[in-house]
This record gives sequence, structure tokens and C-alpha cells, in this order.
Amino acid sequence: MSQAGEHVLILGAGHAGGTAAALLRQYGHQGPITLVGDEPLPPYQRPPLSKAWLKGEADADSLALKPAEFYAEAGIDFRPGVSGVSIGRTAKAVTLSTGDTVNYDYLILATGARVIQLKMPGAELGGVLSLRSAADAEALKAELGPGKRVAIIGGGYIGLEVAASALALGGSAVVIEREQRLLARSGSEKIAEFFKGYHEARGVRVMLGASVTGFVGAGGRVTGVHLADGQMIDCDVALVGVGILPNEELAAEADLECARGVVVDLEARTADPSIFAIGDCAFRPLPLYDRMFGPESVPNALEQAKQAASAIVGRAPPAPEVPWNWSDQYDLKLQIAGLPFDVDRVVVRGDPAAGKFAVFHMKGDQIQQVEAVNAAPEFMAGKQFILNRKLVDPTKLADSAISMKEVAA
Amino acid sequence: MAKITYIDHEGGEHVVDVKNGLSVMEGAVKNNVPGIDADCGGACACATCHVYVDDAWTEKTGKASAMEESMLDFAENVEPNSRLSCQIKVSDDLEGLVVRMPESQH
Repeated sequence: MSQAGEHVLILGAGHAGGTAAALLRQYGHQGPITLVGDEPLPPYQRPPLSKAWLKGEADADSLALKPAEFYAEAGIDFRPGVSGVSIGRTAKAVTLSTGDTVNYDYLILATGARVIQLKMPGAELGGVLSLRSAADAEALKAELGPGKRVAIIGGGYIGLEVAASALALGGSAVVIEREQRLLARSGSEKIAEFFKGYHEARGVRVMLGASVTGFVGAGGRVTGVHLADGQMIDCDVALVGVGILPNEELAAEADLECARGVVVDLEARTADPSIFAIGDCAFRPLPLYDRMFGPESVPNALEQAKQAASAIVGRAPPAPEVPWNWSDQYDLKLQIAGLPFDVDRVVVRGDPAAGKFAVFHMKGDQIQQVEAVNAAPEFMAGKQFILNRKLVDPTKLADSAISMKEVAA
Repeated sequence: MAKITYIDHEGGEHVVDVKNGLSVMEGAVKNNVPGIDADCGGACACATCHVYVDDAWTEKTGKASAMEESMLDFAENVEPNSRLSCQIKVSDDLEGLVVRMPESQH
């Protein structure tokens, strides 16, 4: 149990850090909380940046996790525009970019991840953008609109969501993917094939197996993307969305174990009992899959914020959750529960041509993951089955005339 | 603006003023009311903002959409007056609204 005077220092004021600060107060932590973030804004939601916000359907207020005045009212010392420079584990102190040294009783690393930059000719040109922060989204939004051509490098969820948003704003989009299919890191072949068709039917050009070798420009502004086969894709703006890397350097320099993220246990605690790591910067156990992983998602950040805050205040640990995520594109809501580890069978339920179906990834008769397109019952039921490690009959599951409630019975 | 009372599953009352146009979920989250997690931020994707609308209010809060219905179908502890609070928009008409949180969200 944290003692009244104990100071919790949180490095990183994204979804994970902001939630941890709020939960510590909800859970009754009495001591001081300092929340340090390198962006100018108080904690906000990133998911809408490529979706509703980009299309102008959400404003800055609705992005914010809490109103600006919340932090002062809750006795949380929020320090924007500041980052951690080094961790002194023996002294239990962090040196900040301001030059200040701040002591801590508990340190929560919530430093997030950064986008992978392409190192190639022309990458520094104006209009070559990435999308991670609200400032990135602001810059991208200014470039989209009627007649604007966006070249998207990377066929992952960010790229596809931006393509859909660009079209909604009256522009056009080309998605350039190095692999032979979309969503190579984050979705199944079935889902990738479906989204490719859906985007193409709406006018997006999808190029697979296409390697970018550089950007060309005029007057310091990008005008095209150069491909390895010699093709040039003309554009007004280019978006690079080829994945993220966890910001684990501070922890690594403090001799905390890192493995594509800071290694933590189910309390989100590192090997140093005073230091936690949560969200995109962490590499954590997934008890439902008996392995370590770093799910890059908001629900993961929230779950780990709960774990860390509970451990610090001495509250019972939260029950393990099924990893999940979602994506909105056009009129499609994709909801994904679970992860496709050790899969030996794939069951499709419903009709992709009708834009309403689910793909179940199974290990024997156990569902490991469900990807549901406009199929909330399949998502919700699948998530429960994964949590309870329920065995289901794949033949029943494949038959959409049998309701998910009957499949569960 | 509407004054909304959120009652957690242990009976604790949280009364907050919520601006028109926000959802009942946002009113809770932005005021740090416990029991409404809203993992997806209001995208109707997660069912972690499940509430029971007090009977006197079910007419004014309207009906759930088909998407919301099917999310609720598989949520825990569902009752006839269950709603996803991210799908209820606040207006002056909801002055005095009372919602309760299910036990599964604490």
C-alpha cells in the first residue's frame, strides 16, 4: 500500500500515463503525483486522430482524456513539454529535460512509442508526414481535402484509416505496401483481402510488393514517391505509416531489461520493485497465451495502467483481459479480440461480400482470435470465449444461421 | 447542460454537470467518475461504458441502435434498461438523469 507522502512520478502523458494518474486518485492514492509529458497537450486519445478527428467529426475537447483543469483539481502536477533524460535507480531520482531532478517513491514509465522513420532520399521534404501525435494529425489534416492526392507508405491500420479519411474529405489515396498483402503485421490474410477489395471499390489504389526508394520534390515540397521498379507515384502529400518502436531507451540505460519494450510482470512492474512500465513502451506477459508480447493498443495501455495503479495502492490486481483493438474505415467497424498465436484452423462466419462477417483463428476447438467486420455479436461472444478458453464446435461456428448464443450453449 | 447522477454499484452517488453534445459516458470519464471505463473512447466498440438508465428516463434517452443492441446482447449483467452510455447524447432534456453502473464495471 502506498503511504500518504509517497510520490508517484509518471514519465509520459499519453493514454497510459494519463489514465494511470487518474486511476491512482480514483483508487485513493494520497501522495503527490507528477505527470510529465513531452507534448504540449494534456493526455488525449490518439485513435480518433486517423479517424473521426481527421474527418473533422471530433474537436480538440473531445480528444482530451480529462478537462485541462482536472489535473490541478486532482492534485496531479502535470508538466507538459518535458521529458525524462535519465533514471538514477539508487537515488530513486529522474533527471528531466528542464535540468530538474525529481525524486520518486514509484516511477511509472509510460513513454509510448515512436514512428519508424524511413531513411531515404527526400524523406526530409515538406509534406512527407507521419501520424502519431495531435500535432502530426494537425499537419496531415491541413494537407487533405478535395482533389488532394495522398501517397501512403505502409498498408497497416493507420494507412488504411487515413486512406478512408482522405476519400471522405474528397481526395484520393494510393497505398504502397512492401509485402504481398495489406495488414501483414496486424491482420489475417482473409481480412487483408477483404479490406483491399473494399478500398479499391471506393477508388483507392493499392500497390502490393512495392518498395519505396525515395521521395522527389520541388521547392522543398514532396511531389512524388519513387518506387524500386522505377515507377513514380505523384502526390501532394505522403504519409509514412510503417510501424512503431517502443521508447525503451531510458529504461535500458538504467539497466532494466528490454525486449522490444521494457520487460514487466502482471503488475506492470519491472525487476526494480519501484519502477513500472505501461502501454506501448512495455513488453508484458499475456496469461491467456502463456507468453510475453507488446500489444500496441489503447486497451493494452488501459489494462496496464490499472495493473500498475492497483499494485501501487495495494488494491487487488485486476482480472486479466483479452487483448483487443478496433478500426473504423468507411462504414466498416473492425473489432479484433485476442491474438493469432498457435493457430491451426481458420473459420469464416458470415459473408465478406455482404460486408458483415467474422474470421475466427482457432487452436483446436479453442478460439485464439476473432476479427469481426460489422459483426458485434461475433466480437463480443468471441472475446468471452477467448477469456474463458471455451471449446466451440467449428462447424457450428461457421454456420451463421446458428446464433452466437447457440454456439455458446 | 444537464445535471447527471451516476450511481456506482456500491451505491455511491456522483453528481456532475455535463455539457450538451457530450455523451453520458464522456460526462463520467471527464469527471473521473469510477465505473465507466470506455476503453474505445465512444466508438461503440467495447461495451465498457454499460449503464442502467433509471426507468423514468428510458423514454428521453431513446432507443439503442442495432449496433449497440448487439454489443449489449453479449455484455455482462444486461437488463432491459441497459444502454451504452457513449451512445446517449446529453441535452437540456436530460436534466436530472440518473444512471447506475453494473457490478462488472468496478
